[in-house]
Amino acid sequence: MTRTMVAILAAGIMSACGSGTTTCAIQTSCGVGPPRTTLTVFAAASLQPAFDKIGAKLLSTQNLATTFSYAGTQTLTTQLTQGAPADVFASADVAHMTTIHSAGLLYSQSVLFAHNRLEIAVAKGNPKGVHSLADLARSGLVVVLADPSVPAGKYAAQALAKAGVTVHPASLEQQVTGVLSKVALGEADAGIVYHSDIVSSGQVDGVVIPDTQNVIADYPIAVLMSAQNVAGAVAFVDFVLSTDGQSILTAAGFQGM
Amino acid sequence: MKRTRVPPAIGLLAALGLLLFLLPLAGLIVRAPWNQALRELADPTTTTALGLSIFCSLTATAIALVLGIPLAIILARTRGTLRNILRALTTLPMVLPPVVGGVALLLAFGRRGLVGSLLNQWFGIQIPFTTAAAVMAETFVAMPFLVIAVEAGLRSLDHRYEEAARSLGAGYWRVFTRVTLPLLRPAIFSGAVLCWARALGEFGATITFAGNFPGRTQTVPIAVYLALETKPEAAITLSLILLVVSVAILVGMRDRWLGAL
Repeated sequence: MTRTMVAILAAGIMSACGSGTTTCAIQTSCGVGPPRTTLTVFAAASLQPAFDKIGAKLLSTQNLATTFSYAGTQTLTTQLTQGAPADVFASADVAHMTTIHSAGLLYSQSVLFAHNRLEIAVAKGNPKGVHSLADLARSGLVVVLADPSVPAGKYAAQALAKAGVTVHPASLEQQVTGVLSKVALGEADAGIVYHSDIVSSGQVDGVVIPDTQNVIADYPIAVLMSAQNVAGAVAFVDFVLSTDGQSILTAAGFQGM
Repeated sequence: MKRTRVPPAIGLLAALGLLLFLLPLAGLIVRAPWNQALRELADPTTTTALGLSIFCSLTATAIALVLGIPLAIILARTRGTLRNILRALTTLPMVLPPVVGGVALLLAFGRRGLVGSLLNQWFGIQIPFTTAAAVMAETFVAMPFLVIAVEAGLRSLDHRYEEAARSLGAGYWRVFTRVTLPLLRPAIFSGAVLCWARALGEFGATITFAGNFPGRTQTVPIAVYLALETKPEAAITLSLILLVVSVAILVGMRDRWLGAL
């Protein structure tokens, strides 16, 4: 009887540890497996295409296996302040990085590593003839924005204010990639996303927003206090700032430093 | 009959299981900003989301009743492979990740979806981003709970009452409304409560299919998720309200109806 119970408990503990590589990558208590050269990076959702490439590059050149957690910057900030363990944090705005800094969670000073411009995402071929932010106010046009609590949504609101345009969005998505997918799926006619989203998506066209109305997003990156692999984290940040890293970011539609 | 003693190991594991439920609730209650709770409750974001949640979940339950009871009747009637297939299809939303359910709904009822594109072409109807979409998402996810409960009720029904009524000359609808439905009442009620509770807590399918807009598609779970990142106090308060509502319903109904499950 007791032996059965122990077996069940052991199985439970093992499955709790073994299920999902992310659990093992984050928690060091898993003991088993190869020596740790892994890294956990919390990155803004818009960084996914570029960071996936950077991760692949670091694995092949420095044998550094990176696990990425992509989400809206505000989600990641909440998770970090609630004690989520990670090595590196890359934010889509300075405000959320400041929150993390004020919470005493930064191991090193944050540095800016990229800029991003806003752009209007429309269906391929721009069938609805959207040419400016002002067009987004047209009735009958289904417009989707990111929620103002998301950096992309905050920037979009600023751009619309600069242009003096009032939009009635159909939905306020909880991350910028949600806006992109709604346009790519054809459910929305237009949405405000980053230039990099349009470059990496390939499924939507972009309508340029002029500089006078545009908002430039700043992306800071930093090593976190909770870093289990400080050397790896520093190597990651260094690579992002290196010529190679910057060219990957530029190719993905970001503006380098 | 004398009851056998339960081995301590079972008691211990049961206590662990209970703790898993209780500790998060305790966390919520301990961390709740009680002094702010009333103010948060009066906040338009809260009241709007709560009103929308109640409306959507009740509508979803009503639709589930109208469509789910007939579905349960058909399920209870069929046998063999057909029954297994029908059952699997009906319970699919219970095992499907809700976000996948939302994507599936988009592919069916979105502007470019299988049915949605026709609705758009013929009638100019667009479902995504509307309250109707939120109701559909909740119905999709919650209806299986009702169907399963009613089907179980139908299977355990003593059909001699219906036969007796029929032998006395009652037609199908008369037997159905006067004999079957009253006998099924406990099953329907418990199924409806479970269905409603599931609809009330729905998040993934709703945010994917209906999006998020205050007053239109922002239900309480979505409001909680967004508030967690900007106003954690509001999120905790909203969670508590949902918790109180759910517990009140479940405690009130459990002994009378859910015992029948």
